[in-house]
Amino acid sequence: MAGFFLAISAILGILVLLCLYRVVLGPGVLNRLIGASVIGTKTLIILAFMGHIFGRIDMFIDISLVYALLNFLVTLAAAKYFERKGSS
Amino acid sequence: MTILSVILVLAGTFFFFSGTLGFLRFPDCYTRMHATGKCDTLGALFCLAGMAVYTGFSLTSLKILLIAAFVFFTSPTATHAILRGAFSCKIEPWSKEPEWLIDAEVRRDGDDLGT
Repeated sequence: MAGFFLAISAILGILVLLCLYRVVLGPGVLNRLIGASVIGTKTLIILAFMGHIFGRIDMFIDISLVYALLNFLVTLAAAKYFERKGSS
Repeated sequence: MTILSVILVLAGTFFFFSGTLGFLRFPDCYTRMHATGKCDTLGALFCLAGMAVYTGFSLTSLKILLIAAFVFFTSPTATHAILRGAFSCKIEPWSKEPEWLIDAEVRRDGDDLGT
């Protein structure tokens, strides 16, 4: 079963690399912001899979929870910055 | 129980793949938000549910379901916040007939950030 989780993690890593293309070369700032949010969500899932791969799910799930909180706060703060800049 | 977990994780991976495909192929930042906002939420929900089924009934699976509920509430909120920022920066939406959503005064000075 750990091999299955490792294969799914590899597929998600390839998808993260495909999203990184849009983050590096994408036109404009907002595409990069969406790409960063998408990569954060996929990293959360990969971290939770890695707990099953290493056999220490009780430790990795706390890291994943903190990562979900940080991803939400980063996206919300950047979007708030754009909204304030646009209204002035 | 293992078969149910495998089915849930594979469904989540399919939704992640389709969201990334839409994020790479759609022409506008609004349509890219439309692709990633829904598909990432559902993919994360399916993957975390499959992992909770595989873990079994314990405190760890309760924490996994807590993360799933958190992602289910906060990912659409973050997408909505980005969309409000984009609309407040007066970025013009992509359409075949460009007369129907934003008036001419907005469209004249709209492209300082690109689309």
